[in-house]
Amino acid sequence: MNLFRNVVFVAAIAGLVAGVVLACMQAYATVPLILKAEVYEKAGGGHHHDHAAAPAASNDAMKAVPPAGNAMSSAAPAPADAMAPAEDEGWAPADGFERFAFSVVANIVTGIGFALVLVAVSEFAGGVGNWRQGVFWGLAGFAVFTLAPGLGLQPELPAMPAADLLPRQIWWTATAAATAMGLGLIVFRRSLPLTILAVLLIVAPHMVGAPQPDSFETPIPEGLHHQFVVAVTLTNLVFWLVLGAVVGVVRGRFTGTATSLRDSFA
Amino acid sequence: MTTASVSLGASVSSQSRFMQLALAALLGIFVVGFVGFSHIDAVHNAAHDYRHSMAFPCH
Repeated sequence: MNLFRNVVFVAAIAGLVAGVVLACMQAYATVPLILKAEVYEKAGGGHHHDHAAAPAASNDAMKAVPPAGNAMSSAAPAPADAMAPAEDEGWAPADGFERFAFSVVANIVTGIGFALVLVAVSEFAGGVGNWRQGVFWGLAGFAVFTLAPGLGLQPELPAMPAADLLPRQIWWTATAAATAMGLGLIVFRRSLPLTILAVLLIVAPHMVGAPQPDSFETPIPEGLHHQFVVAVTLTNLVFWLVLGAVVGVVRGRFTGTATSLRDSFA
Repeated sequence: MTTASVSLGASVSSQSRFMQLALAALLGIFVVGFVGFSHIDAVHNAAHDYRHSMAFPCH
């Protein structure tokens, strides 16, 4: 299992670096917008699709997901206007440092998760040779995990209406998978019919269409949402570029085979 | 399927190589899935800002 160990090692370093970078960017670019949206969320309490109130409660009802390890969830949902900023059910980190700390942990853990996928897939294709190849792999990751799903399911702020959670998660996952397959066919198969198939794969999820809410009515100002979409897209772009580049650098040092290529870093 | 090759500093047969890489990718997908897509309330709440910031389907 040497190869597995090495993949995990490279992914852990790259995920840690890119995760910390992303957490810092989020602290300045996206989290303040989420907090602003939560003010609207609280003010507009009782809205049908209210972010904190209805979905959290209805999710449980619809999917019968056992609320793991929390006693509070058995209590009846509180009125929306009496709600804590973001969450009303179960344990939640306290606002401020604790909430930030959990976001940082989530960024690092999933950064390592994304890095595992990126390193493993790129190894099938011969591996990321240097930081520059890594940047291109990062662009592919950005297209697969941010751009394509984000076209159908825009980044959403609290208090924004959305369709049921599970169908959206399924659409999101299927879109990412189809886009990844499409890009892989285009880049590695070099055949016209397969490239046409690839384009179909990439377009198909959007022809099917992402699950949309019944109504788009929201207390969130259009400007705030637009700002958020831009912030999410750009922070994710930088995250993927950093992740890919660090994978390239670490892998090069690890194998020692890419020395000459890495010199172009200067 | 038994050709040995050097991959990421490790010499492995191609079958073992496939299994190990597939395992690593699955582990990654599981980690992202758990933090970003889990319906468990506590996990959702802990990663709430992260999920929004990654444009993951949330709530």
